[in-house]
Amino acid sequence: MGFLDSLFGRSKPAQPDLDQLFAIPSAAITLESAAGFAPTGLGSVCFRAAEGGAFAQVQAEVQALLDADDGPRVEASVDSYGFTWLLCPHVPSVLADLVTDLHAVNSTLADHGFGPALLCSIVGFRRADGRRLGLVYLYKRGTFYPFAPLADQRRDNALELQIRGLLANDLKVEPDLSRWFPVWGAPGL
Amino acid sequence: MASSRYIPDRGLTMRMGLTIFLLGLLYVVLMGVIFYLVGDVILALVISVVVLWAQWYFSDRVALFAMHGRVVSPAEAPELHAIVDRLCALANMPKPQVGIADTDVPNAFATGRSPKRAVVCATTGLMRRLDARELEGVLSHELSHVAHRDVTVMTVASFVGVLAGFLTRIALFGGAGRRRGNDNSAMVFIIVLLVSVVVYALSFLLIRALSRYRELSADRAGALLTGQPSALASALVRITGEIGRIPTRDLREVEPYNAFFFAPAIADGFSLSSLFSTHPPLERRLAQLNRISAQLGTAG
Repeated sequence: MGFLDSLFGRSKPAQPDLDQLFAIPSAAITLESAAGFAPTGLGSVCFRAAEGGAFAQVQAEVQALLDADDGPRVEASVDSYGFTWLLCPHVPSVLADLVTDLHAVNSTLADHGFGPALLCSIVGFRRADGRRLGLVYLYKRGTFYPFAPLADQRRDNALELQIRGLLANDLKVEPDLSRWFPVWGAPGL
Repeated sequence: MASSRYIPDRGLTMRMGLTIFLLGLLYVVLMGVIFYLVGDVILALVISVVVLWAQWYFSDRVALFAMHGRVVSPAEAPELHAIVDRLCALANMPKPQVGIADTDVPNAFATGRSPKRAVVCATTGLMRRLDARELEGVLSHELSHVAHRDVTVMTVASFVGVLAGFLTRIALFGGAGRRRGNDNSAMVFIIVLLVSVVVYALSFLLIRALSRYRELSADRAGALLTGQPSALASALVRITGEIGRIPTRDLREVEPYNAFFFAPAIADGFSLSSLFSTHPPLERRLAQLNRISAQLGTAG
């Protein structure tokens, strides 16, 4: 934010970076070969629904758009913090389709002026031993971070840092660890 | 290309600009007067700068200490941290420290010299009374204060007032002890005294006005951040309602910190109060939130 914007107290809402999402398929290959994490085919977009009719209309439009194909239906849910999650299930083998769907959600919201409402996207991965991993994309930063939940709201920081090292060449990993916020129980994990 | 729902409020920007301009003008007038008195005044100036700088530099710790607040870890207050985490990710700002003040007065404040060194603090009374959406609205208002660097802006603005206060004191005590017996210097002394008093009074009013505009700005930015102006409005109504019902003894203890607060701790009783208060009247804040709600709701 510029000097004048601070002076006048007129911060503008942050606009999302939509393009980095397309780095996910290549990162998934690295994850599978180097760490044994395979995509579950689940991905979700999280946003803060604005009050009023306009946003509800856009959200209905997005869901109709994604449900237009033959695949599984999109599930919408609201978490305890008031954020809406759209869960898009897909065939695990074609991750590019999932990314295209996620991008459709983002770009529709952004086209209607609700880009600042986008919080994050999660693409789910799972290892043969049952361990789960979410690749979280921060729209406003244009960066990713790994989120590895354990039981009782704890997270496996060692695994997350290991994944960070693995993915450094495939996508932009969020350098500021304080922004790796936990997303317990997020749809798509 | 993505369209934007951000509609700038030119009136608010202009009024704020005017306030800042007038403050600057006062500062210039005051500097002109200072040139008449070199000597002690320079020392006073240095002292006031140092004091203000320290107040600004340590603002996060000073406010937390004064409010008996303490910084809490994510393990201690997972809900509060989760809300702040999400708001910071939405706004693309670094996460400030999160604090809790153990008092039943429902309020929240944000201080710190920069967005990287900031503290957002909520009282236990606030968290007890508000639901998650309202709490989020209040925190987004506080985070907007951080993003707008309000502590820095208000510190610089209050510099003029502090300067005038020092000058008045020096003119009163320093002048009496000096005894130069010169008609000319006595004349200068009286002029300086008068000017300082007037400057101080004016800067006081202007700083209050600036504070009110910045509250409105923070309401606006906060409401746009969450997309829920109504949740913020409902938090405002609830807090001001609750505050009115609490005995005033508790509240007076926290009064000096009013400027940092989400809602002022003492309800004003007389009509002139609007000129002196650090926060705009409730109706004005609600009206602005209503407008934002309407703008968000229109298809576009």
